[in-house]
Amino acid sequence: MSIKLTAPLTEDKIKDLKIGDEILLSGTIYTARDSAHQKLVDLLKEKKDLPFDPNGSVIFYVGPSPAKPGQVIGAAGPTTSYRMDSFVNTLLKVGMKGMIGKGPRSQEVIDGMKKYCGVYFGATGGAAALLSKSIVKAKVIAFDELGPEAVRKLEVKDMPLIVINDCKGNDLYVEGQEKWVEE
Amino acid sequence: MREIQVKEISKIIKKLSIEASTIANDELIKKIEESEKIEESSVGKAVLKQLLENIKIGKTDKTPICQDTGFTVIFMDVGQEVSFVGGSLKDAVNKGVSEGYTEGYLRKSIIKDPITNPKNTGDNTPAILHTNIVPGDKVKITLLPKGGGSENMSRIKMMKPADGIEGIKNFVVETVKNAGGNPCPPTVIGVGIGGTFDYVAYLAKKAILRDFGDRNKDKQIAKYEIEWLKEINKLGIGPAGLGGKVTSFDLFIEVYPRHIATYPVAVNIQCNSNRKKSFVL
Ligand code: SF4
Repeated sequence: MSIKLTAPLTEDKIKDLKIGDEILLSGTIYTARDSAHQKLVDLLKEKKDLPFDPNGSVIFYVGPSPAKPGQVIGAAGPTTSYRMDSFVNTLLKVGMKGMIGKGPRSQEVIDGMKKYCGVYFGATGGAAALLSKSIVKAKVIAFDELGPEAVRKLEVKDMPLIVINDCKGNDLYVEGQEKWVEE
Repeated sequence: MREIQVKEISKIIKKLSIEASTIANDELIKKIEESEKIEESSVGKAVLKQLLENIKIGKTDKTPICQDTGFTVIFMDVGQEVSFVGGSLKDAVNKGVSEGYTEGYLRKSIIKDPITNPKNTGDNTPAILHTNIVPGDKVKITLLPKGGGSENMSRIKMMKPADGIEGIKNFVVETVKNAGGNPCPPTVIGVGIGGTFDYVAYLAKKAILRDFGDRNKDKQIAKYEIEWLKEINKLGIGPAGLGGKVTSFDLFIEVYPRHIATYPVAVNIQCNSNRKKSFVL
């Protein structure tokens, strides 16, 4: 059974999530990847406002392909998350609660999720046409000049995700692989 | 001499660009279906089902199956009796890529200045073009949109001759293990052995162009392909790295003679989208 969640998130909504939980995420989320993360963290350093309210926010690591006429967004699957690792704790500190991406996170990020209660959701890499179906609205809200890397505000409906890291420091990649490894 | 207008090349490349990103090859669909049956982990199975569903949506909606429509790598086998007329071949290739990526609504992922200036070239050019002169009067074009996630997990190593075949195997398996869920498994593994520092990477990339089950002509190497794939599928990484039996779909080895002092090995990882399209002109 999938768990339905609505973003923005709160500690209450996510504190009991466990690794391996299947999630259908709805609500408002934001996109950001390499360059946008640098810019967001720079803004925070300069004590300026972010282009969105970080409180309870969920950030989807994605650089979508362009929308065709009549489409909300093009293909929109996750990019590899480790490249964003060095920025995560700064964002968790100002209230970010969720991240969507693919691939393992650093220990620093896992510790950060424990400390600030955050969750890392995995979306299936390569399933970008499928994932785009759960995006009902998309709008560039910052850094338009970055093209696919611009920050977008997305409205999502039942986006299929899986909990990779929960608030308790568990890691589905480690546990899943340990379960299936053959010596 | 057979004359070929370079504008023909542009047209073909444009078409291949769009098709490679939106229409999955039949052999891939078959492979995912087979893997879904073999996979024992339920989340692994679910991921494979998502990939099949994704391929269907890509085809009906003419949407890229993955948002990262890659660096456009083109392999061209050019018959030595062919003469290209009507302009520069390289320009014609880039024109095809530019039109394909623009008109096909594919993502443009190429940054002009790799060091300082994060400015996108805006049309996914330039492509990487490998030309290979062969006998005859045909031109075979193979287009491979190569995603960044799996390319980042690829490795090259100048090993010692004393490391031997065990050393190479360990390096290949280690590389896949370290890549974990990052390169969107199930992956396809291309291994290059021999040649020089630059050539071995080319061999590894060429290896991922082979069709599933198309074993190396050399029986011993073919045996390594099967054995190493088996080792990799014991790692437990599984579809999307969530744990399971199917970590890689296949593994291909390409070899070339080596210098007495060197033992170059390259591992090029290709992701589950395994995009590639060919055309013979
Ligand atoms: S590695 Fe994953 S995200 Fe990147 S192109 Fe391949 S399937 Fe897409």
